[in-house]
Amino acid sequence: MPNAQKRPPLLKAQHLLAVSDLSVSEIPLLLDLADSYVEVNRNAEKRHMILPGATQVNLFFENSTRTQSSFEIAGKRLGADVMNMAVSTSSISKGETVLDTAMTINAMQPNFLVVRHQSSGTAELLSQKVSCAVINAGDGQHEHPTQALLDALTIRRHYGQLEGLEVAICGDVFHSRVARSNIHLLTKMGAHVRVVAPSTLLPSGIGNFGVEVHRNMKDGLAGADVVMMLRLQLERMSGTFVPSQREYYHFYGLTEEKLKYGRPGALVMHPGPMNRGVEIDSSVADGAQSVIREQVEMGVAVRMAVLDALSRNQRSQA
Amino acid sequence: MKRAYLNAKLAGGNGGLLIENGLVVAAGADVTKDNVPGAQMVDCGGKLLLPGLIDMRVFTGEPGTEYRETLATASDAAAAGGVTTMIVMPNTDPVIDDAAMVDFILRRARDTAKVRVAPMCAITKGLKGEAMTELGLMKAAGAVAATDGIKSVTNAALLRRTMTYAKDHGMLIVQHVEEPGLASGVMNAGEAASRLGLAGSHAMAEVMMLERDLRLVEMTGASYHVAQISCAESAEVMRRAKAKGLAVSCGVSINHLVLNENDIGAYRTFFKLSPPLRCENDRRALVEALREGVIDVVVSGHDPQSDDTKRLPFAEAAFGAIGLDTLMAGLLSLYHNENISLSRIIEAGCEAPARVLGLPQGKLVPGAPADFCLVDPQASWKVQPESLFSRSKNSPFEHRTIEGRVMETVVAGQTVYSAA
Repeated sequence: MPNAQKRPPLLKAQHLLAVSDLSVSEIPLLLDLADSYVEVNRNAEKRHMILPGATQVNLFFENSTRTQSSFEIAGKRLGADVMNMAVSTSSISKGETVLDTAMTINAMQPNFLVVRHQSSGTAELLSQKVSCAVINAGDGQHEHPTQALLDALTIRRHYGQLEGLEVAICGDVFHSRVARSNIHLLTKMGAHVRVVAPSTLLPSGIGNFGVEVHRNMKDGLAGADVVMMLRLQLERMSGTFVPSQREYYHFYGLTEEKLKYGRPGALVMHPGPMNRGVEIDSSVADGAQSVIREQVEMGVAVRMAVLDALSRNQRSQA
Repeated sequence: MKRAYLNAKLAGGNGGLLIENGLVVAAGADVTKDNVPGAQMVDCGGKLLLPGLIDMRVFTGEPGTEYRETLATASDAAAAGGVTTMIVMPNTDPVIDDAAMVDFILRRARDTAKVRVAPMCAITKGLKGEAMTELGLMKAAGAVAATDGIKSVTNAALLRRTMTYAKDHGMLIVQHVEEPGLASGVMNAGEAASRLGLAGSHAMAEVMMLERDLRLVEMTGASYHVAQISCAESAEVMRRAKAKGLAVSCGVSINHLVLNENDIGAYRTFFKLSPPLRCENDRRALVEALREGVIDVVVSGHDPQSDDTKRLPFAEAAFGAIGLDTLMAGLLSLYHNENISLSRIIEAGCEAPARVLGLPQGKLVPGAPADFCLVDPQASWKVQPESLFSRSKNSPFEHRTIEGRVMETVVAGQTVYSAA
């Protein structure tokens, strides 16, 4: 990575494990860098070869469309060699532990290990054992830092700032790592965050996260600049959190009618994949206020920025 | 041959201890070098001389998972921690659920262990919670109490009948109180779990099961002991039960007295316990309940786990922490940091377990077994894997410097551990 030497360090940490690890000064720097990559990605020539010869391994233990392909494109556009580990055909299926798999890959000297796992804390665990940079691409119900960064970038490009904005995060907060990361990032940057959900889908102590708590959409969306919907995570619902999808849609599904509770022109966001007709109506998901596709575009830029920032640390420590 | 331990600090003041043939002959201020003619004399140099600890909750891997711990390796750890009697749990493979298994444990302990070992037998066959075991035969074989160990007997009708039957045989019932439906998480339910994104087990799971069991005790008049409580509300329930005159007792693990949920930090699996570590307010309430005597017994909850089951993401890691090696230091930390008197600590670590289980040891009085240890309460030591005698190394105190060191442990008059 010869160009890396010319770029000043951006982050203190060697890894990106959680938004809660990022300082208030680091977040805008990352977003500024991501902004510059948005422009790069909109050019006909999208490559920005700052990581030639670097190796990035995407180790996804959970299904992913957006995040994995986004990280893959991000790495390739920066010139890195990217390998996607197919966990279903890996030694994990033969009984190998996640730690052994990561340490095996680490022995192949990658520069980046992008990890998604169903258990909270997995990225933290691996970061203690491997020598490369670990990027948390989602761990259980804990955090999904790059999703929060891309959401922040999307919002900032529309409003020019995050401070003072009213953001409503609605739906299955209980199971959502996206919600947790967004709450940490947005409150850190001065936005006012409310969460809106039935009580069964709110984590214990959520009121101490610096957010307002609402249990109906009318109050929760009142005057919101941003309405961030969350997927009702049906695959995590081993218990009975809500009586039916139909009832959930009735009270919490974002319809055009409910969207009117927010500020005129409020942004509609969703991390995807969407359950249309459950937490969001198609007319809203595809409507004029929706920035859901833009979030996906910002995702590539943010992940390029993260890889760029972490590579500077590797160079500076070399 | 008589042996006299002189110049020691006993719970009741300075003095000494005279032993012969594995039994205590005399103890107290009267035991001085001038009145123990013919005895071999040991100068204790002003160190604490305490009855050996009786640990009522020790899990081993023998039989079935000896790679975790055997009775022999557990006894090594016990001796180093000032524990002279280990009460082992029936959660083995096979389960201790018949008289032959009770006999196996007693014989195996006799042949391999340094300290005294007594088993608790299972309440239900195979720990399945479906049918009661042969409690009478196992009592006769040497089981000191009946418990399903880390499992609760959830079927109230079965537990009621078992309590009724156990009473006929004078068998103590020991319960792990946790309503499984509410305790499906991996740490204490609350804000800390929400921040870590981990599933929580609510303290109410413990309180509900405890309250149910106490109702059954009222119905049956059984002897009943709560293996360990972990929260303020449970302490309050026990306080009320005792005020009501119910003949029940309860324990607490040393971990729940000195650690809280924040110690989990960055997903440290050595702090993954069942019941889970609770919040600081709960910890303080437990310390207070111990001070008052609402909590009778302190246990180590020694539960050895190998690297294979701990070097995993938190949610997937096994529950449990070892504690035999560090039990005495943990107890002394309550003396150092929480102002709990030495006599109260001795009562909770030695006398109360003996009383609850009907054992002759636990007190240094004439005729009692000569089970004791010499302790330097100020000596500090760093807990490192290599300094632990347990076969498994999953100590929540790993890398911590702790105060209070066992210098010598004596069982039936024989020195089984010496720090020198």
